[in-house]
Amino acid sequence: MGVPKTRREIPLTPLSFPTVGSMGRTGSWRTFRPIVDYSKCTRCTLCWIYCPDAAISRRDDDSPEIDYDYCKGCGICANECPVKAITMKREEE
Amino acid sequence: MVTIKELPKEEYLLKGHAACAGCGPSIALRLLFKALGNKVILVVPACCTTVIQGPYPFTAFAVPLQNMLFEATGAAASGIAAALRIRGLEDVTVVGWAGDGGTVDIGIQALSGAAERETNFIYICYDNEAYGNTGLQRSGATPYGAWTTTTPTGKKERKKNMPFIMAAHRIPYVATACPSYPLDFVNKLRKAKEIKGTKYIHVLTPCPTGWRYDASKTVEIGRLAVQTGIWALYEIENGKFRLNPPSDRLIDKSKRKPVKEYLTMQERFRHLTEADIEKIQRWVDEDWEYYQALTSMERCF
Amino acid sequence: MARIVIDTANHIAGYAAKAARVKVVAAYPITPQTTVVEKIAEFVETGEMDAEYIRVESEHSAMAACIGAAAAGVRTFTATSAHGLALMHEALHWASGARLPIVMVVVNRAMGAPWSIWPDLSDSLSQRDTGWLQFYCADNQEVFDTIIQAYRICEDERVFLPAMVCLEGFILSHTYMPVKIHDQDEIDAFLPPYKAGWILDVNNPVTHANLVSPEWYMEFRYKIQEAMENAKKLIPEVDREYGKRFGFEYGGLVEKYQCEDAELIICTMGTMGAEAKIAVDNLRKEGLNVGVARIRVFRPFPIEEIRRLAKQARMIATIDRHISFGMEGFLASEVKASIYPLNDKPLVAGFIAGLGGRDVTFKTIEEIAKKAWKWLDTGVVKKETVWVDLRE
Repeated sequence: MGVPKTRREIPLTPLSFPTVGSMGRTGSWRTFRPIVDYSKCTRCTLCWIYCPDAAISRRDDDSPEIDYDYCKGCGICANECPVKAITMKREEE
Repeated sequence: MVTIKELPKEEYLLKGHAACAGCGPSIALRLLFKALGNKVILVVPACCTTVIQGPYPFTAFAVPLQNMLFEATGAAASGIAAALRIRGLEDVTVVGWAGDGGTVDIGIQALSGAAERETNFIYICYDNEAYGNTGLQRSGATPYGAWTTTTPTGKKERKKNMPFIMAAHRIPYVATACPSYPLDFVNKLRKAKEIKGTKYIHVLTPCPTGWRYDASKTVEIGRLAVQTGIWALYEIENGKFRLNPPSDRLIDKSKRKPVKEYLTMQERFRHLTEADIEKIQRWVDEDWEYYQALTSMERCF
Repeated sequence: MARIVIDTANHIAGYAAKAARVKVVAAYPITPQTTVVEKIAEFVETGEMDAEYIRVESEHSAMAACIGAAAAGVRTFTATSAHGLALMHEALHWASGARLPIVMVVVNRAMGAPWSIWPDLSDSLSQRDTGWLQFYCADNQEVFDTIIQAYRICEDERVFLPAMVCLEGFILSHTYMPVKIHDQDEIDAFLPPYKAGWILDVNNPVTHANLVSPEWYMEFRYKIQEAMENAKKLIPEVDREYGKRFGFEYGGLVEKYQCEDAELIICTMGTMGAEAKIAVDNLRKEGLNVGVARIRVFRPFPIEEIRRLAKQARMIATIDRHISFGMEGFLASEVKASIYPLNDKPLVAGFIAGLGGRDVTFKTIEEIAKKAWKWLDTGVVKKETVWVDLRE
């Protein structure tokens, strides 16, 4: 659904449509970013289920794919990983 | 018994939403959709979730969502449930999704009314123990001793026991949950969906912004809440009380971690004295004696 | 089959909700509305009315439940009075902002403190800013007909706003009058199945009413104002069509009686409008050219009709069953506001009468008219607002 530009385009009452990035590119909130060591990863999928932002998706082999456009860097994935395969690294910028 | 990997991959809470980093309620929301799918209509009163949606014309929610007046979750859900029943849409689940303030304080009347009328819906109170949306003022669900912006020297009163209040309405299903135990929550949601009538689930959702801990600890703190016995996982099904794992093993006090471990992880409890902590420990121990008695009863409500 | 029933306006409102094929009623009892919902409960439980009656635990919840049901796709109805209406105030705003065509009967009753169960129009008039259409009825037949008309107007895609149908407590609510209940097939032909401008639907998920920034909020409010303007045009059309089909019509926005050659027009609302007709007949026997303009629709306010009447008459006397403390009666204010742009303005005198159920008979109105007429002769309105029959 496009962003309205004129009054004619808005609905009769505010109706909003499902959008990835409804709050923008929330990855820009980050101070630290999670880095996955796939050699340690046991594909338990706990990081996937615990991510508050749904920024981690499951690859076909159940290893995590982190979407850095939206990851806020909370660090829950790193904290919960049972084998410490995820580390939090400071953003360079 | 489902496993985490068996949970569906589809997301109905879309990434890029407005929640704080490390938001406990957001984890609970994702689990809601993992459990129920997208044939749900959400009723959301004023609460953190109002803001999590993001601003018009966007929303992070891929299910129909009715934003609602603060007091009125139970009432609006009653209206939606009636309309769906009349239209023959039996496979759509009405879910009231409200914060603790909108449940135990301003929303309690509408919820109580909906329950007494046996409204067919699932009501979930996601409890971050304060009015998060408006900047962390105390609610009736704020625990004793917690700092909030309106209880800067610590709340003097105890937390309202909302699950028991709901059980006293004799609704068919009451449960507590915590997103740190995701499968327990998912199973309870799926069970609730199959029951006709009012189902109430109270999920403790740690909040880094309000409880003052590092955002990465959300799941860990939820786990500690359960392990110390401060938060018990249980169901009250048709009046029968039953503790769920791992809480079922915590009737034995020696198996419970001391509450101090949980409290000292959160800045909101920083000013508690030893005497306060002892008091809290004693209350928890009393609660568990009560749970033990309830477990042995045929029916408690 | 059309038939005549002899019943109270409250019961008639129940008949109308049934005839309108309302599917969800959510209501909470309050004097003098109670017999509306009792009648509906009877209809629902005997199976005469195919609807669900949600016996909510407060009026605020009543409106919230109606909002939920309307958003989920069914025609809804509720009724209340006074403090019940006041309690649902924020929900009234929500319903109109949500553009949901809910119809609510307001059995007008005075506000406390102190408690009063008797009628005046303070309750509904103090909600005039909430974006609801407001109709004021003068008899039980009009109650029935206006409820049916209201659904037709509210569910029109040019409107999609909720409506209050107001009737005075005890004067109409509990008074028996003969009313023609029209043939159901005819009513179905006049009032098509429920339609709203949007719906909660799992196949097309939307989020309704999340945060709107200053970038767009004004435009959404403007749309509500546009809808009100559309309603102003549509209401007389619907009334005329209804009149052709069913034989009853009410003058659209304003019911005029003997206004064509009137020098003094009494402008009032509700049952005072009916009493005023008798007063006008009596006054004319005494040689006074008086007419009555009964404001049937207060929102949208019939600005253009008032201007037309103002051009004909030399004076307008408004009778308000209401006072806006610190100002005057709303009818007086809004009439004056409507005629302000005219170069030649009639005199306007405001009268406050009937608060808390004090009786306003045709005799009272004759006295009001005679007082106004004295000022008309001198060309000076001695007192802008007169409280009628006030004890010393």
